[in-house]
Amino acid sequence: MSTGRLWRVVRSVGLVWLIGALVLLPALATAQQPRRGGTLVYIVSAEPPSFDGHRETTFAMLHPVKPHYNYLVKFDTQNFPKVVGDLAESWTVSRDGRTYTFKIRQGVRWHDGSPLTARDIQATYDKIIFPKEGVISARQAMYHMVQRVEAPDAQTVVFRLKFASPGFVEKLASPFNFVYKAEILERDPRWYERNIMGTGPFRFVEYVRGSHWVGRRNDEYFKPGLPYLDGFRALFIGSRSAMMAALKSGQALIEFRGVSPAERDDLVRTLGDRIAVQEQPWNCNLIVVFNTRRKPFDDARVRRALTLAVDRWGGSQALSQIALVRPVGAVMRPGSEYAMSQAELMRLAGYGRNITAARQQARQLLREAGVPEGFSFTLKNRSIQMPYEPVGVYLVDQWRQIGLNVRHEQQETARYLADQRAGNYEATVDFACDFIDDPDVQLVKFLSADVSPLNYGGYIDRQLDAWYFRQSRTTDRAERTRIIRQFERRLLDEQAYVMYVLWWWRIIPYWRTLQGYKTTTNHYVEPDLEVYWLSP
Amino acid sequence: MTRYILTRLLLIVPTLVTVAVLIFVIMRVVPGDIVALRLVLGGSYITPGVLEAERARLGLDKPMWAQFVDYLMGLVRFDLGTSMWSGAPVAREIAIRLPLTLQLAVMATVVAVAVAIPLGTLAAVYRGRWIDHAVQVFSVAGLAVPSFWLGILLILFLLTVFHYLPPLTYTPPWVDLRANLAQLIWPALAVGYRYSAVATRMTRSALLDVLREDYVRTAWAKGLERRVILRRHALRNALLPVVTVIGLEFAFLIGGLVVTEQVFNLNGVGKLIVDAISQRDYTLIQGLMLLVASAYILVNFLTDLLYAWLDPRITFG
Repeated sequence: MSTGRLWRVVRSVGLVWLIGALVLLPALATAQQPRRGGTLVYIVSAEPPSFDGHRETTFAMLHPVKPHYNYLVKFDTQNFPKVVGDLAESWTVSRDGRTYTFKIRQGVRWHDGSPLTARDIQATYDKIIFPKEGVISARQAMYHMVQRVEAPDAQTVVFRLKFASPGFVEKLASPFNFVYKAEILERDPRWYERNIMGTGPFRFVEYVRGSHWVGRRNDEYFKPGLPYLDGFRALFIGSRSAMMAALKSGQALIEFRGVSPAERDDLVRTLGDRIAVQEQPWNCNLIVVFNTRRKPFDDARVRRALTLAVDRWGGSQALSQIALVRPVGAVMRPGSEYAMSQAELMRLAGYGRNITAARQQARQLLREAGVPEGFSFTLKNRSIQMPYEPVGVYLVDQWRQIGLNVRHEQQETARYLADQRAGNYEATVDFACDFIDDPDVQLVKFLSADVSPLNYGGYIDRQLDAWYFRQSRTTDRAERTRIIRQFERRLLDEQAYVMYVLWWWRIIPYWRTLQGYKTTTNHYVEPDLEVYWLSP
Repeated sequence: MTRYILTRLLLIVPTLVTVAVLIFVIMRVVPGDIVALRLVLGGSYITPGVLEAERARLGLDKPMWAQFVDYLMGLVRFDLGTSMWSGAPVAREIAIRLPLTLQLAVMATVVAVAVAIPLGTLAAVYRGRWIDHAVQVFSVAGLAVPSFWLGILLILFLLTVFHYLPPLTYTPPWVDLRANLAQLIWPALAVGYRYSAVATRMTRSALLDVLREDYVRTAWAKGLERRVILRRHALRNALLPVVTVIGLEFAFLIGGLVVTEQVFNLNGVGKLIVDAISQRDYTLIQGLMLLVASAYILVNFLTDLLYAWLDPRITFG
C-alpha cells in the first residue's frame, strides 16, 4: 500500500472514529449524568408504628421517614460500610480513643427555616443514649460506653467515652439516629413520634395510614445539587401478590427490603431487560434456639447432636433455589470483617462436609444422652412464608435423618414472640437482623438470660458474658477476633446453645429507570433517596 | 310501629355492650402483647424495665377489670380511645377507612342486585329450561369461587392482556370520580359476583315458591299479562327473603372484605382489622368489632323496616 493510500485510510478511519466519538460521547455522558426531576414510587411492605427513629426498630419506619432527616455521620450506601460525614464536616479521635470531636457544617437549615446547631445534635444523642422518663430509646444499650455528649460551641459536638470502643463511629451512623431539633425535644421529647421536622433532602407532604407517604424536594437542601428527585411516594403494600402486581405494572419501581428467588424470576420473566436485579449477602439470619430449661435440651450432647445433623452446605444449595437464604456462617456474617474463614467454620459441629459421619456422631451423642430412637419434639416457627417456612421444613427433614420425630408448628407472629419470651417451646426458629456487623451487636443476643432479654434459650453462661465484655473493650483487631472465635466455638460447638442455620440472601429487583441505586448488606440504610435519580 | 322501632333501638345498647365484653375478654386471653411486638421484634436490646414502663403508659399494667372499666367509661362518653399502635384516635382511624369499604360494599351490592334479580327471575320463570341451567351454573360457580381468588385472576388478566393495573391508592369519588371507579370497579365485580350468586339462588327459589301461590294462580285466571303478574304480584313478595340475604351480605362486607382488600391493596376496614389483630392493638380491635356489630344490627333493623314497606301485611308487635 502506498503511503498516500495508507494516509487516506488512516484519515478515513480517524474521521469515522471522531464522528462516532462526537455523537456517542454526549450520549454516554448523559447516561452517566444524574438527571433532576421525577417522583420515585416505591413499596414499603409494612406500616410505620410511629415516625420516631430513636424509638422504633423496623424498616417500615425507616423507608418512608428517613428521606426527611440527616445524620451526624452516615453510611455511604455507594461504598457500604464506609462511614462519611453528613451533618459532620469532619471529626477527630483522641489518642486514647475516648474522645470523639465532630465539626458541624454551617448553613444547614431545618425545614422550618431555622439554623441547625451542635445543640441539636447533642439533644438528639442525649435522647438516644440518656432518654428521659417515659421516652423509649431502642438503641440505648448500644451506647453503653458513652459517658456524656457535649456541645462546647455551635459547631462542635464532643462524645466522651468511658472506655475506647471499636466501631463507635459505625454505631453513631445508625440509620435510626435521625437528628432532631433541640428546641422541639425540650418542649416535648415525644413530639417526633407523630410529626416530621428535619433538615433532610425531602420535606414531608402527606401520610395516609395504610395507603401512602409523600415527600417533596427540599429546595433549600444544604448539599449542592441534591436531591435529584422532585419527590417520592412510598406505597404501603402488605400483600405479596399486590406488591408483585405493582412492580410488574410499573406503578412502583422498587421495594427496598427484598424478594424471594421465585418472585425475582417471575419479575424478570415478565419485564425482561426493563428490570435489573442486585443480589447481596444479607445481614439477617435464621437460627434455632434450644430451650435449655427443658429436658433433654438441657444436655449439651443433645443440642450438639441436633446441630450435627443439619447439612448446611447442601441446605444452602437446595434452599437458595426457593428461599431467600444462602450463605453458611457462624455468628458473624460470612464475608464480614470478623467472620470465620471456611476452614475455621468446618471445624464447628455441623459445618463439616461429611454429613454422614456427622449424623453418625449425632446418633451416638443422642444414645449417650439417653434420647430414644423416634424421640418427638416440636419446632416452633413463625408463620411467615419467607424464609421461615422452607427452612423449618428443611430442619424437620434433617432431624428425621437421625431418627427424631419433629413436629413443625408455625405460629402467628405475636404468639410466636410471646412463646419465645415466656420460654414456652422446646426448640424455636429465631432470627436476627441489623445494620452493622459489629460484634457488640451480633453477640449481645447470646449473653446469659439474666443479662440479655434477647436470650430466649434460658442459659446462664458467665464465660460468654466475660468474653463479650472483653471483646467490646478490645481495640486490637487480632485480639478481638481471637475472643470472638472463643465465643463462637463455645456458643455453637461446645455448648451448642443455639445453631445457625443459614444467613439470608438479599435480592432486589428494580426498574432500570431508577439510577444510582446500590444494594447493601441490610435493608435499614436504604433507601438513600438523596442520590437516586430517574432516567427518562 | 313507633314502639317497635324504639324497642329495637334500645336493644342495640345491651347487644353492643355484650359484644364489647366478649371482644375485650377474648383479646386479653390471646397470647402476645403489643409492647413486645413493637419493641422487641426488631431485635433491639431493650431492658425489661423499659418494656414495663411502656406497658404502664398504655395502661396494660392495670388489672383487667380496671382496664375494662376505663374502656366502658370511654364508650359512655362516645370515646373509642386511641390506637395503641399509632397513637391516633380510633374513631379517626376507622373514619379514614370506612368510606372506601362502604363504597365498595354499595358497589358490590349494586352489581349483585343488578345481576341477581333478573337472572333469578329468568331461572324461575323458565324453570328446567336451558336458561335455568345456565343460571344455576353461574350461581354455583359464584358460590364455589372465593372473591379474592377471582380478584387475583382479574388482576392477572388485566396485567397480562392489557398491561394495566387498577390504581393502588384510593381517590375519593368527590375528588376524581373516574380514578375512584377505576380502582373500585374491579374488586366490586369480584365481590359482587359471589354476592350475586347467593342472591340469584335466593331469588329463584323464592320466586318459585310465590309462583305456586293461589293469588298468582288467580291473577293468571284473571287474564293478567305475565309481565304484570311477575312485577306486581310475584316479585314483590318473593323479594322478602332476598332482601334479608342482601342485607346480611352487605353487613358482612363491612368487616368481611379482608382478603379482597389485601389483593387489591385497598385501604379499607378489612385491612385495618387484619393489621390491628396482628399488632394486638386492643383499642383499635375493640372499636372495629363494635363497628362490625353495629353494621349488622343496623342492617337488620333497616331490613325489618324494608319488610314492612314491601309487604304491608307485616306488622310489628
